[in-house]
Amino acid sequence: MLFRTRLHGKLYEFPDIRVLMGKANEEKSGDRLAGLAAQTATERIAARFVLAEVPLWLLRENPAVPYESDEVTRVIQDAVNETVYNEIRDWTLGAFREWLLADTTDGEMIRRVSGGLTAEMIAGVAKLMSNMDLIYGAAKIRVSAHCNNTMGLPGTLCSRNQPNHPTDSPEGIRAALFEGLSYGSGDSAIGINPADDSPASVARLLDMSYGVIKAWNIPTQNCILAHIATQMQCLRAGSPTGLLFQSIAGSQKGNESFGISVDLLDEAYALARKYCFPTGPSYMYFETGQGSELSADAHHGWDQVVMEARCYGLSKRYNPYQVNSVVGFIGPEYLFNAAQIQRAGLEDHFMGKLTGVPMGCDACYTNHVSADQNSIENLAVMLSAAGCNYFMGVPMGDDSMLAYQSTSYHDTATLRQLFKLRPAPEFERWLEDLGLMKDGRLTEKAGDPSFFLRR
Amino acid sequence: MDDVQIAHIAEAVIREIAASGTRPGADVVPPGSSSGRPEEAFRAPLQGDRDRPLSPPWDGQAETPAVPSSGLSSRAKGYPPTPSPVGPLSRSVPPEPVCPAAVPGKAVGLAVDLPDPAAPEFRCKPRVADPVHPEGLQALIASTTARIGVGRSGPRYGTKPLLLFQADHATTQDALFREVDRRLLDELGLFTVQTRITGGKQEYLLRPDLGRRLNEEAGQIVGERCPKGRNIQVVAGDGLSAAAIEANLPKVLPVLEQGARSAGLTFGTPFFVKYCRVGVMNDIGTLLEPDVLVLLIGERPGLGRADSMSAYLAYRPKAGDTDADRDMICNIFERGGINPLEAGAFVIQLAQQMLQHRVSGVGRKSG
Repeated sequence: MLFRTRLHGKLYEFPDIRVLMGKANEEKSGDRLAGLAAQTATERIAARFVLAEVPLWLLRENPAVPYESDEVTRVIQDAVNETVYNEIRDWTLGAFREWLLADTTDGEMIRRVSGGLTAEMIAGVAKLMSNMDLIYGAAKIRVSAHCNNTMGLPGTLCSRNQPNHPTDSPEGIRAALFEGLSYGSGDSAIGINPADDSPASVARLLDMSYGVIKAWNIPTQNCILAHIATQMQCLRAGSPTGLLFQSIAGSQKGNESFGISVDLLDEAYALARKYCFPTGPSYMYFETGQGSELSADAHHGWDQVVMEARCYGLSKRYNPYQVNSVVGFIGPEYLFNAAQIQRAGLEDHFMGKLTGVPMGCDACYTNHVSADQNSIENLAVMLSAAGCNYFMGVPMGDDSMLAYQSTSYHDTATLRQLFKLRPAPEFERWLEDLGLMKDGRLTEKAGDPSFFLRR
Repeated sequence: MDDVQIAHIAEAVIREIAASGTRPGADVVPPGSSSGRPEEAFRAPLQGDRDRPLSPPWDGQAETPAVPSSGLSSRAKGYPPTPSPVGPLSRSVPPEPVCPAAVPGKAVGLAVDLPDPAAPEFRCKPRVADPVHPEGLQALIASTTARIGVGRSGPRYGTKPLLLFQADHATTQDALFREVDRRLLDELGLFTVQTRITGGKQEYLLRPDLGRRLNEEAGQIVGERCPKGRNIQVVAGDGLSAAAIEANLPKVLPVLEQGARSAGLTFGTPFFVKYCRVGVMNDIGTLLEPDVLVLLIGERPGLGRADSMSAYLAYRPKAGDTDADRDMICNIFERGGINPLEAGAFVIQLAQQMLQHRVSGVGRKSG
């Protein structure tokens, strides 16, 4: 195979598809750390010119990790709809980009083509798209899912109520949960990250959050984001569980570093369908993030956009209710600054939607990266325009347990009013019945957590 | 939560606020007095006092006491002001920072002279307009370090909570690049070695791979100064926060040493690793072959909080081990986190379990 071009009179040649894919990425500190980034700005664009001519079949036949040695590759390749694939296998990535953006291509057509794609093709086309391309392309693709309510419908924006507490105090968590509910946050889930992820602690938080759901008859589901083995143990022991959660990676080795495998996830999925309390049919929640494979030395020499796309391919197997990248959580060695975090947030959302999974985003940053709250407010506005299913709801965006900053209860309320978006329909009816929302806007009663002290 | 619980929490808050002392000059404006409380004045225009032309109070021309009059007008128009704390709380909560120009009769030009708006007594002030249950709201706020009860201006934050958030982000930024105080390490009798980082904190942030490996000199020194094969080996590392090590290490280290002794476990010579990442545990495990290695490391600073430490534990760590092979206790800090003394006891307990079951990490949980 030959991959080369002249650009501005200079010759650029790339030894193989792996190197070409890495060099075509927007600048990311993680790709530089892995030795995969383009050496110069011009080399990056030369790589894109060449990549635009690469047909989809070449990417199908060159997965990041060989089929024989990686179960994530097997999950993705085995799920391909061969009829659809055969229709599109000769498209070049450049032509694929134009097809996605064309006025004659609608969301249904893209959803069908999704069935014939692998993660490497999805990452490849994302590399050729500008930020607004990623927004416009993703906005065409609606992927909704139902658990106790429906997320991802056109015209809606949901919020995971994330009322974490540094020592898991049930009173403290309940207080933040009330604050969030009073702003209309919680239609995605009541999702708590525990500081203590022992089974007893997880069971206690499941009971507490379920108690609030029952007391107020909230159309939502709870989720305690401990290791999935712990959640399964609690579920088997009878704890009331809405969603099962797990962080996933784009390679078998990456998942091993999380202490999981496809077998374990299969078992969890079967268990969830058997014992989770909501209506379903979707019961799974996954989180991802560019750079996690590299940080576990499990990237197999491939760039972080490709490895991220593979996470979505894996998640699709489990008909998830929600999937989000925790985009800025990983730190400056993988995403250095606000521009890189924003770019990755747009890529992740687009790639997830193109894969066909119901994508939200944890638009976030840590304190040792050069970003601030303004930069993720910007990202949340961009992702709302892109049709993102949900954001995190954290008290003022400051997570008192995880030591990072995300979007807030106020932010989702603002974005809904700004973009004329509504909560999940079942949840909006609940808010209206309580008098916290009217015609899609917060009422005077909203924003007061003591409202929920009555029951 | 029932009323008894709420009352209980409220009492605890009152005690804590009382113990923190009163701000000097707090008698300038009596709490809850109907005039001169800049809180309403500050909020009213932002909340949309529709009958009045909206000029921000700080935009007032000299000689015009814009601030107090807007405060009064907001009340006269019936806009629900922020309710004064009722009952015993009103005696304990100091007033908001007061700009002298806001006090009628003292408006001589513009003089903004604020006491620290980030002080704890202002931090926890309820800012919800007309709450259903004012005392309950106080109790909710007191139950968590999360920023709740902050109220809203339309769907956005009020100005003071917004600026407080920015202030906390700013102080964290300023604290990020500090190093652990040498004198403290000397007092604790810890020698210092370094990872393969040579280019300072910036390189430390960008090259986690180098922060996971001891440099050559470190390998030699540790090999010479530390006995091998102990039941428990404790190591401290700066990680992303020097302040976390300074605040917690002096408290937790003696607990670990005594705890190990009373449990009949042998205790290795503790030391300090500069530019340290968690993965360095593998190198240390290979070098010293302890049964349980405990790494105390500064966590990534939270907003306005840089004193949070984690303890990582691994059973017989070796090259190739990952986070799945380790256990972790996070959020170790005083006042709101896991108290460092308790954390020390918990670490010993966990280490004993590892010694008994000969495994750590995910294997311990599923086993």
